[in-house]
Amino acid sequence: MTPLLSVRDIRKTYGARIGCTDVSFDLYPGEVMGIVGESGSGKSTLLSCLAGHLAPDTGSVTFDTRAEGPRDTVTMSEPERRMLGRTDWAFVHQNPRDGLRMSVSAGGNVGERLMAVGARHYGDIRETATDWLGRVEITEDRIDDRPRAFSGGMQQRLQIARNLVTGPRLVFMDEPTGGLDVSVQARLLDLLRGLVREMGLSALIVTHDLAVVRLLAHRLMVMKSGRVVETGLTDQVLDDPQHPYTQLLVSSVLQV
Amino acid sequence: MIELRDVSKSFTLHNQGGAVIEVMRGAALRVAPGECVALIGESGAGKSTLMRMIWGNYLAASGSIRVGETDVAQAEPREILALRREVLGYVSQFLRVVPRVPTREVVAEPLLALGHPGDEALHRAEELLTRLNIPRTLWGLSPTTFSGGEQQRVNIARGFAHPFPALLLDEPTASLDATNREVVLRLIEEAKARGAAIVGIFHDEEARARVADREVDVTGFPPARAA
Repeated sequence: MTPLLSVRDIRKTYGARIGCTDVSFDLYPGEVMGIVGESGSGKSTLLSCLAGHLAPDTGSVTFDTRAEGPRDTVTMSEPERRMLGRTDWAFVHQNPRDGLRMSVSAGGNVGERLMAVGARHYGDIRETATDWLGRVEITEDRIDDRPRAFSGGMQQRLQIARNLVTGPRLVFMDEPTGGLDVSVQARLLDLLRGLVREMGLSALIVTHDLAVVRLLAHRLMVMKSGRVVETGLTDQVLDDPQHPYTQLLVSSVLQV
Repeated sequence: MIELRDVSKSFTLHNQGGAVIEVMRGAALRVAPGECVALIGESGAGKSTLMRMIWGNYLAASGSIRVGETDVAQAEPREILALRREVLGYVSQFLRVVPRVPTREVVAEPLLALGHPGDEALHRAEELLTRLNIPRTLWGLSPTTFSGGEQQRVNIARGFAHPFPALLLDEPTASLDATNREVVLRLIEEAKARGAAIVGIFHDEEARARVADREVDVTGFPPARAA
């Protein structure tokens, strides 16, 4: 099987400081990989490099495109990369305000991404948008409201709908449940799990919440000081951590 | 179906002075299709450790752990994931679920993951929940608020939803009343009859005597003792 995403030797420095370095892995279709580590461990830098928001100093990020097969997204042209960002890739920000247009209605936020890939028929766009808002449990009577009028959890669900409406194959998520209270988190987790299964999505999820990755991620990558210190099956890494840092991380979680 | 050879396990506690605890050495086990092998040994002897190494959430330090065509000790994560989807089932003592997901869907999930149609998977889930005497009124609720015995039965229903060729059962009859214990023992007997290879831990001696064909004492796999 061809990996959907094949990452080799990614390195990003900020002056003399290392953002992340020596990161290599393969992600296969349908796999969800969690990237965990404390603040400043380089996980968000890595995610930005992989999603094309930051240019890595070295390394390749090869994506199995629909039309042309595996292509290195680091060296492809900017317009090509942006096209990927609108079609096969999606990026869910921690803060929904970074991923939504706050002055545009909920329906418009979802419709905009459809129009970016060529949809023009208003009736079709509105119908698809309504369908997607329903799937993320936003009722139809809110379609013309602006996201500003939504709660944090609703904004996050709207961001997910906006991202998934074009049927991406790879979703990047940066702390998708951060800043939400636990009951809302649970609802979002349930939603994400269902979408991953139904759409056969692959996802990379950056988080510091080990409970979230236990339920959502198949595999785990643990980062410290910009480097990957341990990888493996999620339950193996959490139940039988090998690296000193992972052991510390796992044993530091409060049991509830 | 399940074959362990020369398996050893140690834990290195890096944050406690790098203490190395050797828990097992030279473990061997062979389970044929249709056979149930009970792991025995006192508490702390390594029954659960051995079972977790077969499941793959504990890493074996050495040796091979074959389940069907896969060597769990060597396999890539995605190979183990495929094994767990298709071949190897596990009924643990704890139910770990996404909050808010209804019981019916929790039980149907292994079938949905295999691509079975939703209504078929839910139908099978309801069949098992009925057999395990989970009241219909609870099916639409998340099992997170259920009693210990109810959670245990939901866990069993989930573990038996797909006819796995290999099964790991960790105390499947613990915290169950006589009626439900009988249902679970029947499920195990049916699984054996269809050819499943089963490794179990049963503190319930009667249950063990009834379903297990053999016992393997894990204290027979001692770690090397310092002289």
